[in-house]
Amino acid sequence: MTATPAFLAIAALLAATPGRAAEPAAAPEVRVGSKKFTEGVILGELARQVAGAAGARAVHRRELGGTRVLWDALLAGEVDLYAEYTGTLAEELLRMPGASDEALRRALEARGLRMGAPLGFEDTYAIGVAEATADRLGLRRLSDLAAHPALRLGLSHEFMDRRDGWPALRDGYGLAALRPTGLDHDLAYRGLAAGDLDGTDLYSTDAEIASYRLRVLEDDRRVFPDYRAVLVWRADLEARAPEVVRALGRLAGRIGAADMVAMNARARLERVPEAEVAAAFLARTLGVAPAARGEGRPARLLARTREHLVLVAVSLLAAILVAVPLGVLAERRRRLGQVVLAAAGVVQTIPALALLVLLIPLLGIGAGPALAALFLYSLLPIVRSTHAGLASIPAELRESAAALGLPPMERLRRVELPMASRAILSGVKTAAVIDVGTATLGALIGAGGYGQPILTGIRLDDFGLILEGAVPAALLALAVQGLFDLSERVLVPRGLRLAGGGR
Amino acid sequence: MIALTGVSKRFGATVALEPCDLTVAAGTTRVILGPSGCGKSTLLKIALGLVTPDGGTVELAGERLTPERLLALRRRAGYVVQGGGLFPHLTAAGNAALMARFLRWEPLRLSARLAELFDLARLSPDVLDRYPAQLSGGQAQRVGLVRALLLDPPVLLLDEPLGALDPVTRHELQEDLRAVFRRLGKTVLLVTHDLGEAAFFADRVTLLRAGRVLQEGTIEELVRRPADPFVARFVAAQRPPLPPAEGPA
Repeated sequence: MTATPAFLAIAALLAATPGRAAEPAAAPEVRVGSKKFTEGVILGELARQVAGAAGARAVHRRELGGTRVLWDALLAGEVDLYAEYTGTLAEELLRMPGASDEALRRALEARGLRMGAPLGFEDTYAIGVAEATADRLGLRRLSDLAAHPALRLGLSHEFMDRRDGWPALRDGYGLAALRPTGLDHDLAYRGLAAGDLDGTDLYSTDAEIASYRLRVLEDDRRVFPDYRAVLVWRADLEARAPEVVRALGRLAGRIGAADMVAMNARARLERVPEAEVAAAFLARTLGVAPAARGEGRPARLLARTREHLVLVAVSLLAAILVAVPLGVLAERRRRLGQVVLAAAGVVQTIPALALLVLLIPLLGIGAGPALAALFLYSLLPIVRSTHAGLASIPAELRESAAALGLPPMERLRRVELPMASRAILSGVKTAAVIDVGTATLGALIGAGGYGQPILTGIRLDDFGLILEGAVPAALLALAVQGLFDLSERVLVPRGLRLAGGGR
Repeated sequence: MIALTGVSKRFGATVALEPCDLTVAAGTTRVILGPSGCGKSTLLKIALGLVTPDGGTVELAGERLTPERLLALRRRAGYVVQGGGLFPHLTAAGNAALMARFLRWEPLRLSARLAELFDLARLSPDVLDRYPAQLSGGQAQRVGLVRALLLDPPVLLLDEPLGALDPVTRHELQEDLRAVFRRLGKTVLLVTHDLGEAAFFADRVTLLRAGRVLQEGTIEELVRRPADPFVARFVAAQRPPLPPAEGPA
């Protein structure tokens, strides 16, 4: 799935941008991945633009999903690099709690991976205190809190409960005298704004730090786990694109916590596209001119279209291959047929989101569960229409076919399926149109497609972005419908069309 | 050539056919007569293995009908139903040639055979490429006959083949069908409820009622010596075109 036409089209677009190097064919290809949250996407954009400026044909496969998805994609070579956190590497991915950077590097090397020097900022649990209060009380470090037991902290329920949250903080800094309130995270921000609270827990690079004018207290006793941001890449990238790896090295130590907070805030709160946020940062700190504008709208649309079409086409094809034989079976064996139709009907009633979530433990995240869900949804219309099409064949015609001495499979192939073709095709059409709509939900689990801009649009409250997914999805549904109407002329035998009905 | 021995059939609680025997000598035409629902179609379907009898044996084209021999024996019998039973997705030629295509006949042999049979069935060659929806009732019936005859089976089974036709077409087709039967020397089993049609075709007639054979013999025996009051009623039920002339006072 690497050298797909859509990818080539993106590469061509990048190459066609004025000012870009003339030999895109000789440039190494670098695929950057990113996790499904704003900071991850910004880091991915930074890496893509740095790689692009170093002469690579760089693509950014954004918002792929959670940690596990990116890790697996990196190991499988589906992406060449992505941004990770040392704590996540040690605790979750390599299962080496408390390992030193050296130990992590060795463990990564054993898997054919490399870890860059820390980018500079940490994204870990932190306590933020309103700037004015912090100034008034002289709060700079977490150890300063012990002297102010009257401080009103509002902490999220999760932070209160997690072993590495409040309990660790309380024991590590001797804060037993403080009486924090457990409350919803959003309420905490509102409480801070209203002056009802003095501080709350947060991630140290949250966009809200800037907008609510909070001071992040330094974890001077290093109680919270170490979550420094690093780039992780495949060892083979160093041979393929040494200049890219060298260029990426220039990012090390350059992104401070304040930089990251500011970038998160620009993307999340001001809704500046991640690519622009990253480009501005690179221009300012490294003097890197943007190699090319991030994925432009046409390229983005092309990529989403390709993902969407693959989701629909693959699931539909698989469903046809399974559902038509099932429909035949259902028509042949009445008792079994009722079971098959009932089962397909039950699948149809499962809400799409629930089905996707049910499939995640089996198939992970990404296109897999989305394809499986679409496949399951496509079954019922096709099974039912195949069954109905066959059942509508008049008995005397079945008997005439049998009386000729044709074996059962030949009767099916030469007489019954062609006679049911119109009904079967209409079932496939229904399934296809349902698939086009339902596939937009695939973006929820990292399958891409037109749901991607819709989701991002909802995340950023950007109506234009929502339309960028919704409009093509609607157009595609219409196109699919039109295509099937046309294909009826080819696939339904002429004699049946003359006869009028589907029989 | 066709021998049903002690065949019977019930569908659930309904008796479709009581145990009955039927033998059709090679080269002769037997007509099964009876009112609707008397079991005459069931009898025909049993002969072709389309309906499995509850008991008894079937011999077709001189061979015992068993599940293993079913497909082979069906190819030695032509089957024609009311309206022709043509498959709407295939042209007239496609319908007639379905079995030959499956058996991978040479195209030349196939087209020669089609031309011969179209001629025999008095169909114009331009009908070959028409779809059933484009055929008249009589044409469809003739194409159905061509399809049944294509593999040159010794046996023909016809289930009310002319039931859906207007009287003039029906009359013409009766003539043509009988000519074909005689010319080709087929062993024919034909189902109808029309006494006149039976008289026209039959060497011998079997009259069924409610799954039971009431009488078997020539049409003349049926008319002159009905074995059962129902036979007499069935014979008398054919309405003449003009009211009977009144006798002298």
